[in-house]
Amino acid sequence: MSSSHHERKPVISVKNLVKSFGGRRILNGVTLDILEGETFVIMGGSGCGKSTFLRHLIGSLRPDSGEVWMFGEDIAKADEDRMHEIRKKFGMLFQSGGLFDSMSVGDNIALPLREHTKLDDSIIRIMVRMKLELVGLSGFEDLMPSQLSGGMKKRVGLARAIALDPKIVFYDEPTAGLDPVMTGVVDKLTIDLTKQLGITSVVVTHDMNSVFRIADRIVMLHKGEVLQIGTPEEIRHAKDPIIQQFINGDPEGPISFLQRGEGYLDKLTA
Amino acid sequence: MITALDSIGRLTHGFLRQAGDMLAMFCQCLFWIVVGPFKRKPVPVKNFFAQTVFSGWDSLLIVIFVDFFIGMVLAMQSAYQLEQLGATIYVAALVGVSMTREIGPVLTALVIAGRVGAAITAELATMKVTEQVEALQTIGLNPVRYLVAPRLLALALMLPVLTVIGDLMGMVGGYVIGVTNLGLGSGLYIDTTIEFLTNKDILTGLLKSFVFALIIAMISCQQGLGTEGGAEGVGRSTTRSVVTSFIMIIVADAILTALFYFAG
Ligand SMILES: Nc1ncnc2c1ncn2[C@@H]1O[C@H](COP(=O)(O)OP(=O)(O)OP(=O)(O)O)[C@@H](O)[C@H]1O
Ligand SMILES: [Mg+2]
Repeated sequence: MSSSHHERKPVISVKNLVKSFGGRRILNGVTLDILEGETFVIMGGSGCGKSTFLRHLIGSLRPDSGEVWMFGEDIAKADEDRMHEIRKKFGMLFQSGGLFDSMSVGDNIALPLREHTKLDDSIIRIMVRMKLELVGLSGFEDLMPSQLSGGMKKRVGLARAIALDPKIVFYDEPTAGLDPVMTGVVDKLTIDLTKQLGITSVVVTHDMNSVFRIADRIVMLHKGEVLQIGTPEEIRHAKDPIIQQFINGDPEGPISFLQRGEGYLDKLTA
Repeated sequence: MITALDSIGRLTHGFLRQAGDMLAMFCQCLFWIVVGPFKRKPVPVKNFFAQTVFSGWDSLLIVIFVDFFIGMVLAMQSAYQLEQLGATIYVAALVGVSMTREIGPVLTALVIAGRVGAAITAELATMKVTEQVEALQTIGLNPVRYLVAPRLLALALMLPVLTVIGDLMGMVGGYVIGVTNLGLGSGLYIDTTIEFLTNKDILTGLLKSFVFALIIAMISCQQGLGTEGGAEGVGRSTTRSVVTSFIMIIVADAILTALFYFAG
């Protein structure tokens, strides 16, 4: 399995990505490659900067320093016109779905097609139905997003993300807040898209069951840095106590939740 | 003393930064409106129509209501003073001129800032905190082109129209009082109104309402898109949008009135 990865080319190549918000370092020199056709999972504790990292990959945030190479281009330096072209080649499923609630499900999925293609409206309607079919929601095109459940919203978001047949799809916590069956459904969709359509999937998730079900490779982020990159097997057997704590969901360990120790009393009484 | 200076400095800094951001957004709007069609990325017509209906047609009733009653109030108030001079007929002139130059544009703008501006901020703010704005960007739709420009165009078109209707309604309000309460003849009232109203009054009022439209659109859109932090942030932005619009409308009105007055 791992030998085949060496032959694949990276489609995304991040070099030394640094980002601060208001003086707080969120990403502290992240370097990694994402290979063509793989499902790449980003793990890490809440607030460690996973969404922020993803926002750099889709070009909605610019790094303080570092490079983000995608399709042979450094998108950290691309101008708006270039970005517009590059955006046709990837889709994104947002943490909360990100559906436009003033538009019907069908119009949500049609919007990227109307914006980027000159296709006839009757053809667009057929393509919308095809995408809905793919995520198991045929016949829902006339509903408004407010009439959908959380899991349905995620799947419509996914249908919209793949509307333009992108080469890469980014998922920000696609299974958060879903029941186990729906989680399985979304995971299966992710796998199917990757395997059948040859899409590269980049998935942020906390859900350990999902991670080991879908991942080809995993990166563990911690405090804005790459802790380890590896296959599910390598991560599962990693020696790093932080990774072990994270996989097992241990409340005690190096990832501190209860901040005892130095300055604790001072913090309380300040 | 130091802290007072410090907070004044911070306030000024914040104000200037926001004014700068707003100006930048306004320039982007102009870019999309003027250059967009040539790059085959025009301001979406559908959004523009929806916004025109929302900010224009749906506001008609409240504008008519408010300006009509203010016209009546204005007539009674001025009659109270002009009667003492034996010049009651000038109520017509006073109502006509002050509605078109001053009260019509300002009052209509305040009503629209409260009704339309608040709604714009709340809508865009909700879109921002639920990742819809980012989703737009990811699809390749520029939020300024797709969301801000249609709202700016709709307001810049509809606020002057509403203002003209409001002016007329104010004069009708004045007319109702003049004819029923002050014993003025119907024809005389209308003639006096027309005689004293100049083209310049009308143009002044229209120019003011156009500037107010830009102020409302830019403040409400910028506050909306600049929102951070969930439902609480949406509420905060909406309040700030309305308060800032009110203040800026009054300030702009004072500046414009002074300009027209001193420029003759
Ligand atoms: N626009 C912003 N301005 C200021 N701080 C931000 C901004 N976006 C994110 N942050 C901060 O960056 C940190 C990382 O946020 P991010 O959303 O990337 O975390 P995350 O790993 O996705 O967390 P979660 O798993 O809870 O979604 C947080 O502490 C957050 O407060
Ligand atoms: Mg996140």
